[in-house]
Parts: sequence; C-alpha cells; structure tokens
Amino acid sequence: MVPSVKWSPAKTANEAVEIKERRVARLKRSNRWVWLGLVPFLLMVLMFQFIPIVSMLTGSLKPAEGAGISFGFYERILKSAYYLQAIKNSLLISAASSAIGIAVGLVCAYAVTRFPFKTRDRLLMLSNMTSNFAGVPLAFAYIILLGSNGVFTLLFKQWGLDIFGGFDLYSWSGLVLVYVYFQVPLALLLLYPSFYGIRDQWREAASLLGASRWQFWATIGVPVLSPAVFGTLGILFANAMGAYATAYALVGGNYNLLAVRIGSLVSGDVVNQPQLGNALAIILALSTLLAVFLNHLMTKRSQLLHTASPAKPVRRSRRMPVPRSVGAKEEL
Amino acid sequence: MESGIKRAGIAHRLLMLLLMIYLLLPLLATCIYAFAQEWQTTVLPERWTLEWFGEMFRDLRFLESLWTSLYLCLISVAISLIVMLPAVFVITVYLPKWESFMKGLVVLPYAVPGVVAAVGLIRAYSSGPLEIAGTAYILIGAYFVVVLPYMYQGIRNSLLTVSAGPLLAAAELLGASRTRAFASVILPNIWPGVLVSSLLSFSVLFGEFVLTNMLVGGQIQTIQVYLYHRVGESGHLASAIAITYFVFILLLSALLMKLGQKMNGGLKG
Repeated sequence: MVPSVKWSPAKTANEAVEIKERRVARLKRSNRWVWLGLVPFLLMVLMFQFIPIVSMLTGSLKPAEGAGISFGFYERILKSAYYLQAIKNSLLISAASSAIGIAVGLVCAYAVTRFPFKTRDRLLMLSNMTSNFAGVPLAFAYIILLGSNGVFTLLFKQWGLDIFGGFDLYSWSGLVLVYVYFQVPLALLLLYPSFYGIRDQWREAASLLGASRWQFWATIGVPVLSPAVFGTLGILFANAMGAYATAYALVGGNYNLLAVRIGSLVSGDVVNQPQLGNALAIILALSTLLAVFLNHLMTKRSQLLHTASPAKPVRRSRRMPVPRSVGAKEEL
Repeated sequence: MESGIKRAGIAHRLLMLLLMIYLLLPLLATCIYAFAQEWQTTVLPERWTLEWFGEMFRDLRFLESLWTSLYLCLISVAISLIVMLPAVFVITVYLPKWESFMKGLVVLPYAVPGVVAAVGLIRAYSSGPLEIAGTAYILIGAYFVVVLPYMYQGIRNSLLTVSAGPLLAAAELLGASRTRAFASVILPNIWPGVLVSSLLSFSVLFGEFVLTNMLVGGQIQTIQVYLYHRVGESGHLASAIAITYFVFILLLSALLMKLGQKMNGGLKG
C-alpha cells in the first residue's frame, strides 16, 4: 500500500507535466501557424521595399565596366558642377521652404489654439483639406495665378503695378512659394498638438509665481516646444527634398533640382544614365534619412518630456480632430 | 492674458483669415478658371461656361485614365488589406516585439522619397528573373509600400481600441478556433477603422504621381499622369479635370470624417 501512495502523486505530476507539454505543443503549433500570416507581408516588403534599396545601393557602387566596388559614380557627381548645383539648389530650397513653413506654422498653430473648439476643428479641417491639393494640380493652380500668362501677372501688368519686380514663378522664388504652400499645412498639423500640450494651468501657475509672459515662454514654453519644432523641421526638410511632382510640373527640366535630375536620368527620354541616377538617389536618400533621424531623436526627447509630466489632458484629447494623416506625406 | 486665454484677438483672427486666403486662393483660381470662358486682365471672368466640363466628359482619354486610376487603386488597396490584416493582427497580438521594426517601416517612406523608391524599383525589376518594370504589377507593389504606413497605423489602432488580445482569448476560451475567432469576432469589431484606413489609402493613391509617372508613365495613364499631359495643352480643360479630381477627393474625405466621428461617438456611448 505504501509504495502505491508514494507512487500516485508522482503519476499525477507526470500526467500534469504531460498535459502541460501537450498544451504547450498545441500552443506552439498554433503559434507556428500564426507566423504564416506574416509571410505575404514580409514577402511584399522584401520585394518592393528592401530589394529595390539594396539593388540601388549596389548599382551605385558598381564600376561602369567590370566587377568590384567603385565610388566612380560618386566621384563623377562630386566633380560635376552641374550635379553639385542640383544638390545645392535642392538643399537651399528645402531649407528655405522648411524654415518659412515652420515660422508660419508656429504662429498659426498658436493662433489656432486661441479659438474656441468648434472654430479650431474647422480651421484644422480646412488646412487639412488643402493638403490634398498638392503635386501637379497645385503647380497648375500657381501657373494660372502667377505664371507668365497668369491672372495676377496680367492684372498687375495692366494696372501698372510692379510689386513682383523680379518674381518669376519658374525660378527659385516661385518654387519656394509653391513649396511653402504644401509645407504650411503639414507644419500646422504637426505643431498644433505641442501647443495644445502647453496647458493653461502652467501659465496660470507661472503667472501666480510672478513670471511675466516673456519669462513663461523663455523658461517653459520654448523648451517644451523646441523638440517638436526641430522634429517637424526634419519632416518638412525631408518632404521638400523628396518633392518631385510639384517641381516637375512647374519647371520641368528647366530648373536644376536633385529630385528632377534623378527622374530624368532614370526614366527620361533624352539621356538615360540609370547608374548615375542610382548614386544621386542614394545621396538624396542620405539627406532625407538624416532629416528623419533628427525627427526621431526629437520625438524621443519630447516623449521623455511628456511622460515626465504626471497628467495629460486625456479628457480633452478626444476633442482633437483626427488629422487626415499626421505623419503622412504631403507631396506624392 | 488671464482673461483672454480662450479668446482670439483681432491679430489672431486676421492671421487665420490670411492663412485661409493663402490656402484657398489657388483652389479658387482653378475653380474659376474651369468655369470661365476666357479669363484675362479682369478680376473675374466676363463670361462663364460649362463647356470645359462637357469637353472633359466627352474626352475618351479622360474617362479611360479615370477608370485606370480607379481600378489600380482599388486592386492595390484590396491587396494591401488582404496582406496587412493578418500581418498587423499577428504582430499586435502575438509579436509585440516586432512593433519597433514596424515603426521603422512606417517612417521609411519619408526617408525614401518616391523618386528614390522608383529608381530602386526600376533597377531591381527591369532585368533579371522578375522582369515586371513598366507593368501594372510593379506599380501595385510600389503602391503597397506607399499605403503601408496608413494601413498599419489604422489597423493597429483599431485592434488596440477593441483590445483584440483579450477578445481573442475570450473567444478561444469559449471554444472558437483561432481562425473562427478572427473572422467572426475580431474582424466585425475592427472593420470601421479598417474601412477608414482603406479609404484614406485610396485617396492617397489616387493623388500619386511620382511613382506612377516614373514606373509606368509611358504605358499606363492614371488620372494624375493624364492631368500632367493636359496642363500644357488646354488650361481650362486641365482646370476642369483638377477641380473634378479635387471634389472627388473632398467627398471621400468628408465620408472619412463622418465615419471617424461615428466611430468616436460609438466608443463614447
């Protein structure tokens, strides 16, 4: 009798282990099956995201003839005044349009927070709506307004006004103007939540403690906003560097921009030098990657800042309109 | 400052007015141009007409490109849905560790602009085992990558709002198989959110130009490519097309907004 008593708990333990093992096995089996759901996704991402990037990278590093690795194409670009100018123009236009976009976006985002909720929603919705108006239709609208036969151009000529002076839609000033148009709504949408995060209580607390308006902004407002501002700047810069449709529709090949140059090298009808295009595309991707990385760093910082503050205005956050796509591209 | 925290001053009102004028002026100009018989040297056109819209609808190439755009975008969104739904479900519910990888994927379209993506795609698929450059297949693949961020975020948010994990566990506890639980419990719960991200993706693809023009511009004409070719020919006709396109997108976003509000209302109640 005694051994059987000793034996039975061992048996149940064995059974328990067995049952557990069986369960784990079943779970594993079903979890293994779950992986299947990822296969088509990974396949698509591999095929249309990673293989093209790798192919482009290897293409740019291949010598013009033979095998091996060579920086020949990069060297050619860096020695060519033409391509250097394209890079310089793109950088300048992106920097200028992002800076103006940020400035306008900041002021407007602040102004938006001063309106009652309903108006606020409507204003954001409107600016959101206009962000659909990008690319070819946008370039076209500006041609109607300010092109060489544009309505305003002719009107002002007739009235004898010369306020535009040296303004030319198909040059640097025109491009900046059109770029700013699609940068402003994006800046507004990305900056508004941070202004929203500066709570009235902070201002009240600061003013109770004797801070002036300027002191509040200098010591609280600006430090809280600055990660969002630099992060948004990164997104705007990347957005402008990659912008192709607007510039292509507006100036075609007449203005030397990196994105347009790449397009004509790869799929243009005149000169077809895809390998040089690969190297230029890599250079463009490096600049946008850097800008997006800046945004990433800044988002991390602002998250740090916001998790440090004990309470978020949760109740109100629902009132925020759902933006069409925060973090979506303006220009496709 | 204390009294005026929620009140907009004259300066703010003026600023917003200027912003709205700035943002709406190009749209307005296109609209007026589309309805104008002739518009030169006057503030507003002297004669109005519907001629351009009539011409647009008589233009076979326009109708063809509209049709091409519609079905390409529909197919792409459908494929994206079929591929993304199970993938995002698996990642959100079973493999949360993968989320950082997905977050990286979601910002990639910023880091890799359309021009760059097109260069890579052309090089990868214009020769070799899979020669699909210049066909609709490569475009649909490229579109898949374009809408990936919208789809991922939309589906993920819906899954998180309905707490898909516990929901699935409950269904399985009650004896449903995993597939059945997914199809009859999870899907009906997330479909409004999924619909919103699908519509959003559709409208994004409808406005796509760079990839379309560079990858298949010579072979396939979508509405954007067609518009680009028309701009040089007839300004009025191009305006009519641009306005029609914009109104279509506007209706789509209005629908999106309504759906979004409905969903928020549903969650509140």
